[in-house]
Amino acid sequence: MRKPEQELAEIKSMMERSTRFLSLSGLAGVLAGIYAFVGAGIAYYWIYFPASTYGKETVQINRAELQVNLLAVALVVLVLAIGTAYLLSQQKSQRNSQQFWSPASKRFLLALFIPVISGGLFSFALIHQSAYELIAPATLIFYGLGLINASHFTLGEIKNLGIGQLFLGILAAFFPDFGLIYWAIGFGILHVIYGSMMYYKHDR
Amino acid sequence: MIGKVEGTYNKAFENVIRLRIMSILMVNEQYDFNSFKEILEVTDGNLASHLRNLENAEYIFVQKTFAGRKPLTNYSATPAGKRAFQSHLDFLENLINQNKV
Repeated sequence: MRKPEQELAEIKSMMERSTRFLSLSGLAGVLAGIYAFVGAGIAYYWIYFPASTYGKETVQINRAELQVNLLAVALVVLVLAIGTAYLLSQQKSQRNSQQFWSPASKRFLLALFIPVISGGLFSFALIHQSAYELIAPATLIFYGLGLINASHFTLGEIKNLGIGQLFLGILAAFFPDFGLIYWAIGFGILHVIYGSMMYYKHDR
Repeated sequence: MIGKVEGTYNKAFENVIRLRIMSILMVNEQYDFNSFKEILEVTDGNLASHLRNLENAEYIFVQKTFAGRKPLTNYSATPAGKRAFQSHLDFLENLINQNKV
């Protein structure tokens, strides 16, 4: 018989590895934060410049051309962020000789993307209803809920990141004039902070 | 201190592959053959024999279905299997605690 401590460690590690997607890349989080921050910067420039103050009466997102441009930037940021996360996580799983597509990773993705895709569709409805000031809070809230939901199936840091996004989203809903700033803090700065925490703890 | 250790050491879980299989099935409602093979890094024959062993003990049950055209064999723990594994876990934990005293 092996030592009981070893035996228990074995059991615990198997339970973790079979339920949690542990290959999520921290570096991808940092990069996603940088993309989001740059995207938010561009959007800020387009929306507010040359008025360059935030606050009431400065926003005129009803111009069709600006709308299309903002959507395009958002789409580029989204594709870059998901693409980077996919590639870097796949690399990480190879490095740790873990399976990338496993029951655990599928459960993680499902838990994350059901709220996130609902949030995306909801945001399109907000555009349709011209409720632009609610888009930043809605994306933050749905993303936060997705992260909290998915945190059961991956690294624990994700839960706090989700709570952070949720909190910012609710704040942004009460102060919609500063929506873009909350959005930049949530998708930009929080991603960089938690991504680097995950990188130092799990990636190296 | 030498006393009676609560819980029962179960021979069925002495083998490390069977221990791992059962650990996985304790926290996953079901798990399929190929995913077992990947996470445990064992050969088909080896895995099949351990799974059959647990099946014969009525600790797990097998469900054969199809995913598209490919056969998919899913395994889950039976209530008896979960009880037996829990008792095995209790034994290990109590053994550790006793040695500490």
